[in-house]
Amino acid sequence: MPLLNFRLARPAAIVDINGVEELDYLHQEDGWLAVGALVRQRAAELSALVTATCPLLAGALPFIGHFQIRNRGTVVGSLAHADPAAELGAVALALGAELRIQSTRGTRTVPAEQFFVSYLTTALAPDELLVEARFPAARPRTGYAFAEFARRHGDFALVGVAAIVEQDQAHRCADARLAFTGVGPVPILFTDEQGVLRGEPLTPQAMNAFAERAAASFEAELDVHASAEYRRELAGVLAEQALKSAAARSKKGN
Amino acid sequence: MSRALFGVRVERREDLPLLTGQGSYTDDLKRPGMLHAAVLRSPHAHAKIRSIDVSAARALAGVAAVFTHADLGAAGKEIPLLQPNPLLVARTQLLLAHDIVRYVGEPVAFVVGDDRYVTEDALELIEVAYEPLAVAADAEGALEDGAPLVYPEIANNLASRFTLGFGDATEVFGRADLVLRQRFKTHRGAGQAMECRVVLAEYDRRANRITMWSATQAPHLIGRLASQMLGMEEWQVRVIAPHDVGGGFGPKAIFYPEEGLVPFAARALGRPVKWTEDRHEHFLSTNQERDQYHDAEMALTREGKVLGFRDTVVFDTGAYVPWGIVEPWITATTIPGPYKLSAFQVDMQVVYTHKVPVTPVRGAGRPQAVFVMERMMDLAARELQLDPAEIRQRNFIQPEEMPYPMGLVYRDGAQVTYDSGDYPACLRKAQDLIGYDQFRREQSRARFEGRYIGVGIGAYVEGTGLGPYEGAIVQIESSGKVLVTTGATPQGQGHVTTMAQIAAHELGIDVDDITVITGDTGAIPFGIGTFASRIAVNAGNSIALAAREVREKALAIAANLLEANKDDLELAQGSVFVRGAPARSISLGALALTAAGARPGYTLPPGVQPGLQATHYFSPSQAAYASGAHVITVEVDVRTGDVKILDYAVAHDCGRMINPMIVEGQVQGGVAHGIGNSFYEELIYDNNGQLLTASFMDYLLPTAKEVPTAKIAHMEVVCPLNPLGVKGVGEGGTIPSAAAFAGAVEDALAPFNVTVKEVPLSPEKVRKLLREAGR
Amino acid sequence: MAEKRTIQLTINGQQHSGQVEPRRTLADFLRQDLDLTGTHLGCEHGVCGACTILLDGAAVRSCLVLAVQANGRRVETVEGLAGPRGELHPIQTAFHKHHALQCGFCTPGFLMSIVDLLNTRPDIEDEDEIRTALAGNLCRCTGYSGIVAAVREVAAQLRRERTP
Repeated sequence: MPLLNFRLARPAAIVDINGVEELDYLHQEDGWLAVGALVRQRAAELSALVTATCPLLAGALPFIGHFQIRNRGTVVGSLAHADPAAELGAVALALGAELRIQSTRGTRTVPAEQFFVSYLTTALAPDELLVEARFPAARPRTGYAFAEFARRHGDFALVGVAAIVEQDQAHRCADARLAFTGVGPVPILFTDEQGVLRGEPLTPQAMNAFAERAAASFEAELDVHASAEYRRELAGVLAEQALKSAAARSKKGN
Repeated sequence: MSRALFGVRVERREDLPLLTGQGSYTDDLKRPGMLHAAVLRSPHAHAKIRSIDVSAARALAGVAAVFTHADLGAAGKEIPLLQPNPLLVARTQLLLAHDIVRYVGEPVAFVVGDDRYVTEDALELIEVAYEPLAVAADAEGALEDGAPLVYPEIANNLASRFTLGFGDATEVFGRADLVLRQRFKTHRGAGQAMECRVVLAEYDRRANRITMWSATQAPHLIGRLASQMLGMEEWQVRVIAPHDVGGGFGPKAIFYPEEGLVPFAARALGRPVKWTEDRHEHFLSTNQERDQYHDAEMALTREGKVLGFRDTVVFDTGAYVPWGIVEPWITATTIPGPYKLSAFQVDMQVVYTHKVPVTPVRGAGRPQAVFVMERMMDLAARELQLDPAEIRQRNFIQPEEMPYPMGLVYRDGAQVTYDSGDYPACLRKAQDLIGYDQFRREQSRARFEGRYIGVGIGAYVEGTGLGPYEGAIVQIESSGKVLVTTGATPQGQGHVTTMAQIAAHELGIDVDDITVITGDTGAIPFGIGTFASRIAVNAGNSIALAAREVREKALAIAANLLEANKDDLELAQGSVFVRGAPARSISLGALALTAAGARPGYTLPPGVQPGLQATHYFSPSQAAYASGAHVITVEVDVRTGDVKILDYAVAHDCGRMINPMIVEGQVQGGVAHGIGNSFYEELIYDNNGQLLTASFMDYLLPTAKEVPTAKIAHMEVVCPLNPLGVKGVGEGGTIPSAAAFAGAVEDALAPFNVTVKEVPLSPEKVRKLLREAGR
Repeated sequence: MAEKRTIQLTINGQQHSGQVEPRRTLADFLRQDLDLTGTHLGCEHGVCGACTILLDGAAVRSCLVLAVQANGRRVETVEGLAGPRGELHPIQTAFHKHHALQCGFCTPGFLMSIVDLLNTRPDIEDEDEIRTALAGNLCRCTGYSGIVAAVREVAAQLRRERTP
């Protein structure tokens, strides 16, 4: 809407899906949290189901703008809009969410890793509608955390990080994943492919090192709000913060 | 007996309509047959206009007219300059650009139509052929030989250059134990009132008169200039600043092109026209401020006594100078501050650039001056290993030295004199509020724990109550109620409450029986406006003096009617009565009727003019100098550069307070603005003069999360220059804020020995300072 | 220019209808077509919050809602906050008491946001949480101290009323 008010976007027609009540659903099925297109961010934020089944989503939602924005904005809408600094992009990527897309030609599902293409551009074709996002439900011995740095509360993130840490039975790291937003045209995933953390105890030093590798693994972008160098610094600091938070939570069994 | 109302926390009379959605802001006003307007603005910072084709726009259904410069006739001349000055090579704007545009946002065409939607549609149909020219976007760059010229006939874009000073700077610097030099930059910021500009005008064809409603701080100014632009007499143009204006802060005190275009169009079309600015336009066309470079030098003894101060300033004034060089002059004369100097010299260069024109924004050039002096004080303290509070105490002008001629001399030869103030006590009080000594102990502990906390100080002196005058008419109605009319006009400062308090106090009647009419040129012929923290002094005293005259008149007429001696009479609770014989009384209403000639056969006593009314225009002899100190504590996250405010203390002197609640609101509001200037608000232009931060997403205003509640101590040092003993307080909360924050951040990062040389300080800039220091 | 649509909606408990272009915002419809000028426009890009109203009970930016999207919906604006005989809502009274407004332009947006806030989070107590919740409305005059104090007082009052 701001783009319309600025006359920067000039659509010939707008299709308003607010009346399509069938898209307003939020439920758990087969280990996934299914979020229909009409679910407001505020509703998801206040939902006990979301808090219980998808703590990463619950943790990221309060960072989105202000509650008045969240009263109107939808979870799915944010993903389809694909702002490069949007919190939910990092959440979707970190969790390996799935996006269900519908058109007159049928339905298809795209994993988050293939969904974000560039600035404000996704895998959606012009005649397609994103009808649902499904997030994997929280797993045992796994901790989730979201951290963000913005100039003021509610501003677009200069950098945001989603972290997932899973422990094995011996309290060593089974898996660690980080997803960054605000650093480039699309959110960026960093996994432990090299097995640096896997099998190791989750010490501060080990997590520091992992966070630094993650922050160094991409070229950050610059804009009027922050330089590339500063973004990279922030990415490292936030990654460490989020990782430690997630690790602590994984010890508590979520 | 009536209760004394001066100095009382009277709750605001303005609130009820504002709380219930019944306010009347300028955009709320509708006139029969009203049309809406939109402005086509230049997308280039500097360009020739080769041609303008408005034919498609004119043909659009719903469009009543499209004006360009060619359509303006006699209104196509430059807007008259306020405050001409022989030191200034002045250039002012046209209502619509003619053959050249000089900043992004400059008005080029004016569309009038049925509603805002269709007028903006029409804007898109106007074809302008521009020939872009080279841009001078930075003031220092604009001064260099070979830089693009805003005006070809003005060499080096130099609008003005002047030097002010006193004493022998060369001698003093020669004998100093220590000379410090530092360069500083303060960045463009804006007022950003929540309500943008709005102008509504209606033309009465039969009477040949125009009525304008404008969200302005200076209706008489608007009326005078609008009448000049339209070739009419001042009495033919009535300007009303509506009862509710959504914030001013300086930028709304200017005659903008739209103030001329709207009445012009209303007259041409014979229908009311309203122009409502939107926020994006506001960023591109409402005046800005704060853009300055300073090269400062301070000469001291090794005991920390400041001997002299020199400053070379480059002042970015944008593309036009609607207010002349008032602001550069304010910056220059504010630099010495509350300190004793043997020598002072400031060399001020005012430079044209291809950006939005510069006129006062809350603080009006003083924040920059205070920033420079206070930073140098801190750097000197660091150099000499003195506590920053101590070095200031060693240099303050002492209260017993008041009135203090601070060294500068006006053009007419008069000495610039601080009238009153207690600077040492203010700083000590602010330090007490924050727990300064305790904080220093905490700071040592915190450093040990790897936490970086710091405290900063900003001390200031502010000339308030700027003249030449403001006026008031105080009139008793036949009902016994009181009408106060003043040219002052509020944008949230609570004038209706405070002015009523003053009148009620003088006349001994209830505040609720007093109506205050503000900002209407049809109701009072002369006025200057609400800005520069001048209304308490100028309007407040006018009302007091006019009320006292009315009181005297009431007593004179009552003495005559009651056949009593005037000295035996009292005025209280709406009646005049004989002291000791309360039955012998007459109401103010009856006195008003008598004075108006309603009593048959009654002749007024000799020397008493008809009407229970008095007019008074209070003219200050000079500025009334308010002052204060801010002490702020912060914590810096050295990994992200984030600065968190721990505590904020203000001790200030605004003379006697009319309403302490309103004073606190002004200080707290000023502090919020100061926090914005210190960390968040920056208008960033690129080399082509394009504004990169042109919305609230990019230009960051502080929210409730960023602005803590300040601890405020009032030090009422009575002003000897006016009957009420008041000084201004609207800007004091903003003025020293950036200086104090810079000092606090520097203090927090003392182990890294960084120097803060610019504001605003973003977390990234803090990180940059740390990186350069090796962290 | 697109054809006008007819819309019907409930505003402050009363039925209203209108003819609007699809691109007309709800804010403009309220201010221009219905003369409900209490809702103010400060930025028209969703940041300042001056235009905040309740749509089906939830605080939203009326500058970012098209009037046609409010068709069949329930809208509440600041004009409807006080009771039928003019009795002020507790937050209106608290704003007055705590000098929480100066120019008043941002005030309607704050009031409506706070009504939603107190409905959704009646237990809100911590000052930092209150400030976070208020961060979606900008004020240029007051420095927020009176607004925060007003919310704290009303929240405390509501808590007292709930606990017997």
